[in-house]
Amino acid sequence: MRTLSHLDRLEAESIHIIRESAAESERPVLLYSVGKDSSVLLHLARKAFHPGRLPFPLLHVDTTWKFREMISFRDRTARELGLNLLVHQNPECVAQGINPFTHGSSVHTDMWKTQGLKQALDKYGFDLAFGGARRDEERSRAKERVFSVRSAAHQWDPKRQRPELWQLYNARVAQGESVRVFPLSNWTELDVWLYIYHERIPVVPLYFAAPRPVVRRSGTLIMVDDDRMPLAPDERVTSRMVRFRTLGCYPLTGAIESTATSLPEVVAEMLVATTSERQGRLIDKDSSGSMERKKQEGYF
Amino acid sequence: MSQTVDTGTEQIEEYLRGQQNVDLLRFITCGSVDDGKSTLTGRLLYESHMIFADQLAALAGDSAVLGTQGDELDLALLVDGLAAEREQGITIDVAYRFFATDRRRFIVADAPGHEQYTRNMVTGASTADLAVILVDATKGVLTQTRRHSYVTAMLGIRHVVLAVNKLDAVDYDRSVFDGIVRDYRAFADRIGLTGITCVPTSALHGDNIVTPSPHTPWYRGPTVLTALETAELDGTAAQRRPFRLPVQLVSRPDPHFRGVCGPVIGGRVRPGDEVRVLPSDRTTRIVRVVASDGDLPEAVAGESVTVTLADELDVSRGDLLCAADSPATVADRFEATVIWMGEDYLLPGRPYRIKIGTRVVDGTVTELHHQIDVNSMARLPAGRLEFNQIGLCTVRVDREVAFDPYTDNRDTGGFILIDRTTNTTVGAGLLTAALTPARNLHWQDVDVDKATRSLRNGHRPCVVWLTGLSGAGKSAIANLLERRLHTLGAHTYLLDGDNVRHGLNRDLGFTEAGRVENIRRVAEVAALMVDAGLIVLAAFISPFRADRDMARRTVAPGEFCEVFVDTPLAVAEQRDPKGLYRKARRGDLANFTGIDSPYEAPLDPDVHLDTTRQSPEDAVEAVIDWLRVGGLLS
Ligand SMILES: Nc1nc2c(ncn2[C@@H]2O[C@H](COP(=O)(O)OP(=O)(O)O)[C@@H](O)[C@H]2O)c(=O)[nH]1
Repeated sequence: MRTLSHLDRLEAESIHIIRESAAESERPVLLYSVGKDSSVLLHLARKAFHPGRLPFPLLHVDTTWKFREMISFRDRTARELGLNLLVHQNPECVAQGINPFTHGSSVHTDMWKTQGLKQALDKYGFDLAFGGARRDEERSRAKERVFSVRSAAHQWDPKRQRPELWQLYNARVAQGESVRVFPLSNWTELDVWLYIYHERIPVVPLYFAAPRPVVRRSGTLIMVDDDRMPLAPDERVTSRMVRFRTLGCYPLTGAIESTATSLPEVVAEMLVATTSERQGRLIDKDSSGSMERKKQEGYF
Repeated sequence: MSQTVDTGTEQIEEYLRGQQNVDLLRFITCGSVDDGKSTLTGRLLYESHMIFADQLAALAGDSAVLGTQGDELDLALLVDGLAAEREQGITIDVAYRFFATDRRRFIVADAPGHEQYTRNMVTGASTADLAVILVDATKGVLTQTRRHSYVTAMLGIRHVVLAVNKLDAVDYDRSVFDGIVRDYRAFADRIGLTGITCVPTSALHGDNIVTPSPHTPWYRGPTVLTALETAELDGTAAQRRPFRLPVQLVSRPDPHFRGVCGPVIGGRVRPGDEVRVLPSDRTTRIVRVVASDGDLPEAVAGESVTVTLADELDVSRGDLLCAADSPATVADRFEATVIWMGEDYLLPGRPYRIKIGTRVVDGTVTELHHQIDVNSMARLPAGRLEFNQIGLCTVRVDREVAFDPYTDNRDTGGFILIDRTTNTTVGAGLLTAALTPARNLHWQDVDVDKATRSLRNGHRPCVVWLTGLSGAGKSAIANLLERRLHTLGAHTYLLDGDNVRHGLNRDLGFTEAGRVENIRRVAEVAALMVDAGLIVLAAFISPFRADRDMARRTVAPGEFCEVFVDTPLAVAEQRDPKGLYRKARRGDLANFTGIDSPYEAPLDPDVHLDTTRQSPEDAVEAVIDWLRVGGLLS
């Protein structure tokens, strides 16, 4: 008798979910956000179909404000693994030059990400989209289903969530409706790192500490990734050893000071960490109910 | 209990490697509203340091506004969720939380205690290895406690931790704890719940949750956390079951490779194993167990795999690969327990989609045998099932499916019902047995005997033997009793003088020898019917003690209930419903019991009914009580 470890069981569950989704939908897509969760999700999806190719494309909803290292990592990954990568940038945002500085973080996020995602899903007619969200990230996510049904307008209705029993998932939807599937629902941040470590999964180097140019803005360290970042007269760019626990648009992602340059060191820091990873995301700084509102509006 | 890590790189690498041996336990917490479920879960998370400082700060803020603990942190708020629910102050859905110790990872399904939410509890329990059931020490075992335990037993959970909570509120009184434990165990025995660990706790103050409490020196058992860490996992048991793999996909990346993908949900699989593909019923061999980093020598229950087969069989999504020598059953009609979760009620005859394993078929509930009241476990007649109701049904599907009884394998015995118009999941079912299997080629190696029949019937068989003078009221009581048992869902048969003397015993007279032979035959027939699983009601004067004792010996101990329908001769003679006493007095009837033939009253009847004082309805209840106490009826 062999005892399966928790990582074995999590991996098997995720692969099962990914295969069920592919089998029960017409046009699935993997929402690839370039972060560590996306890296794990991609790795699991490739395992699920090995030795075949991924039977669905990857979609990156780009905001033009992602860290440059994320974009180069994304393109390299797609090229090396021979993946079908779709990149969508909301054309309205491009035209209006939407950015976090003049329009504020919530308009920026809503227009680029929420609206951009809806546009892309409609454009390609995807009826099922994989996301890397985990239940441990935030209180309201604890109750998210693995398969989450969205209306034709991409709305999430907490009252229409389907009960999920045993390993039986129901991905059936009416014309126009779609399903968001979260194969990593039962993973924790630590599990993700352990799995990356054991499976040697490549991740964006921004997760590891390196000297980077940063400014301190309302108590948070923001990396100056390019010259579009406006600086106040009293702001000084300094080089500090920092890393990121979560990746997004560089002006909205806080760095933490760290000396962890390797994965074991990152895990060690995390185990003694005193803040949850979402803390670095500036969009979550309002009340606890805010994540839920965003979800109802269609934010991923 | 916290994750103890040294930050030196070598130690951390060792820690990382060690994490590969940590296993996973999924459990569900259940309790009535306000029993302290959220507080207990919150404490487990808090004391295992899965709460980060910023979440704690948010909690401190929330506690001040919403909390019920004055200035202290309200741990219950940690596990609270959606905004609307928080405003209502109740948890109304299943939430999943995570925490870990050095020994084990845990996934907690937080199931609600609210009256209407059987659905959520069933959902949370379907994947749980263990249930933590809370009882408020100030209230004791409540209806909800029984319901949660019943659902736990029904869903096949093999471990229960009973947390007798709020013990601080009863001054950590041992007798309160002992009393609740006694009540609970008595009840748990009745519903067949095993593996129970009872722990005296205060979730609020942390007694016996993570660390042993100084307030309960009389308690030597494990804390809640220790019980969770040491409960034996189902994994190895699952590996001992017959091999099962529901086909999710067939992958054909190139003409030379054809992989069958799916989760192993029973047993294990190795190259060379002979497997049977159901429902088409072809056999072949496993050639490879494929993984991305090379082929594997073996895969076990709990893993998701890809295998290749020796022959080019027609295999597709929805098929079930089984061990060739112990395949699942193939059928298109089943008996199943259905838990209804739809807003519209379940109506027999209405079509639904049914998903079993990876197979989706069209089907319908053709019959609803009865509804099960989760509070009393009584079986009630029902024409439909409403939201949160549970019923025993016959299910028919339009194509054959392969399955195992739920008690053998959750993953091949559980199914969901999907509404054909809204596509929502409206019900869940547990398959109990195939009914007239379309082709049951492979008989399971099980002898059908009294025990298996009784399992199917949901009650144990027995003989209820009513004895008494003519006109005492035996037939009237037996008739009422049969009707009552019928509504409880029991399978019955009533034997009385009339239906026996007109056929089987037509050749017998009323001499003493005739009477003895009459009773002997009746007793033998009753014994056969008991073997067939029935509750047999026998209403015979049966005046002789020796004959009744003989009847008792034809069945097993505990299966015979002698009911003395005690009516004084004067009263019976006065009633004289068939005019027999008058005839006997006139001398037209010889050997009439009580007149010119003796009646030997039972010396120690199992039930003694005094018909001059008890109504027939009361008499029936007295017998029902006896059956319940004896564990013949649930
Ligand atoms: N005295 C006492 N009160 C408790 C205990 N556990 C919980 N409570 C209180 O009981 C109430 C309900 O607790 P909560 O965890 O929200 O219950 P839930 O509805 O089962 O989740 C709250 O006021 C708690 O503080 C305990 O062990 N002792």
